[in-house]
Amino acid sequence: MESSVGERSLADDYESLLSTTDAELLKRAWKNEKASPEILKFEAALIHRSRQQIQLMEETVEDFNKNGVDSLTVSLYQMDLERTMFLLRSYLRTRLQKIEKYVFHIQKTTELWNQLSRQEQKFARSCAEDLKHHLKESVLSKLPNQYQSHLKQSSASEEDDMDALSRKEEYVELQNISMPLWLEFDESKEAADNDLILNAIKQKISMDAVATRQYTLKNGLCYPRGHLG
Amino acid sequence: MAGVSGPHASAFSAAEMEFLAEDEMIEIVPNMRMEPLNFISGDFGPFRPQIPTEVPLWLAVSLRKRGKCTIRTPEWMSVEKLTQVLEAERDSEKFQPLPFHYVEISRLLFDHAREDIPDVYMVRSLIEDIKDVRFHKIGTGLEIISKERTYALRLKNLSAMEANIVRPFVTKALETFHKLSSSEMIQETDHISNRQPQATNRGPRRQLKDR
Repeated sequence: MESSVGERSLADDYESLLSTTDAELLKRAWKNEKASPEILKFEAALIHRSRQQIQLMEETVEDFNKNGVDSLTVSLYQMDLERTMFLLRSYLRTRLQKIEKYVFHIQKTTELWNQLSRQEQKFARSCAEDLKHHLKESVLSKLPNQYQSHLKQSSASEEDDMDALSRKEEYVELQNISMPLWLEFDESKEAADNDLILNAIKQKISMDAVATRQYTLKNGLCYPRGHLG
Repeated sequence: MAGVSGPHASAFSAAEMEFLAEDEMIEIVPNMRMEPLNFISGDFGPFRPQIPTEVPLWLAVSLRKRGKCTIRTPEWMSVEKLTQVLEAERDSEKFQPLPFHYVEISRLLFDHAREDIPDVYMVRSLIEDIKDVRFHKIGTGLEIISKERTYALRLKNLSAMEANIVRPFVTKALETFHKLSSSEMIQETDHISNRQPQATNRGPRRQLKDR
């Protein structure tokens, strides 16, 4: 039950010279994964061996039950088995939670993608698809054309800046939000030109500037008094 | 403190801390005979009546619950030792060395092996007092950490449960300090030219009353 030479991540630790049972290694991998906000390298060999040991133990317990071993011994073996299974499951669960949280960023960053096991990569792909589909259906398809990407804030963005990790510490300017006013200006101008009430007001002003002090006419545009223009 | 295991709470819930503590070894005196146990987590036994042997805490508690053994109270859990620790804890600013999982271990023993502990009420109240003094120390220590350029915090001899409770607060606090200090550094370079005129704008300094 020694750690293999290939497991650089854990075998480097001098403490591991003291206790390198797989149970210890699994506990340490679990603690590391729990404590770190980033996803760490998947301990493929360790997980594989742990799975095998658990399977072996399950078979042993079955044999005990068949051979009528006393219930105390069986329940103690069962307890040890459950403790080990908890570590394994919690390790995998913690990793999956992290993947779900940062799925687009992980997909885009090769070093992070390589930390995942093959099954986790499969999970990440379908998770990203689901999330993308959900965002498109619920919100993105209802926004104007330039804002429909789930990766870019607008088609004016040079990089994929929708998720916080990709943006890092960039200062995001708000002009992206004010853009729609400019794009729709022509449409709204057209609407204003055809508006009856507005045209009536404009006529009044041009006929009698004094009477209609509420409004002023500048460059064909009607400004109500007090408007900061 | 709620034992929620989530990204915003501590990395480990209280139950998970107990799970880790349950692997600590402790001495038991079995009253039955049992062959060695070959677990995934290690090999224990054989068990013979009246012959003490070391097992992990979870195993000890399970056997104790079924009345198959008594648990030998660990050395550090005696009234004399704990009184010494409590006095040292009160006198010194530093944390006294204690078993890493002292909170969890003592809790499990109180819950499942009360009859095995001599002077159990005294021991219990001593441990509560020690916990309180240590937490108070953590609080006062946190108040005086430097507002500028504190990159890391070192708390020697802190126990597992205590570290787990303060970890989220301390890491967030240091993060915030870092954010504030780096933005301050940017402000400094931008406004160095404006400093003179701004200072003269303030009215005469008022002496604040001592409360």
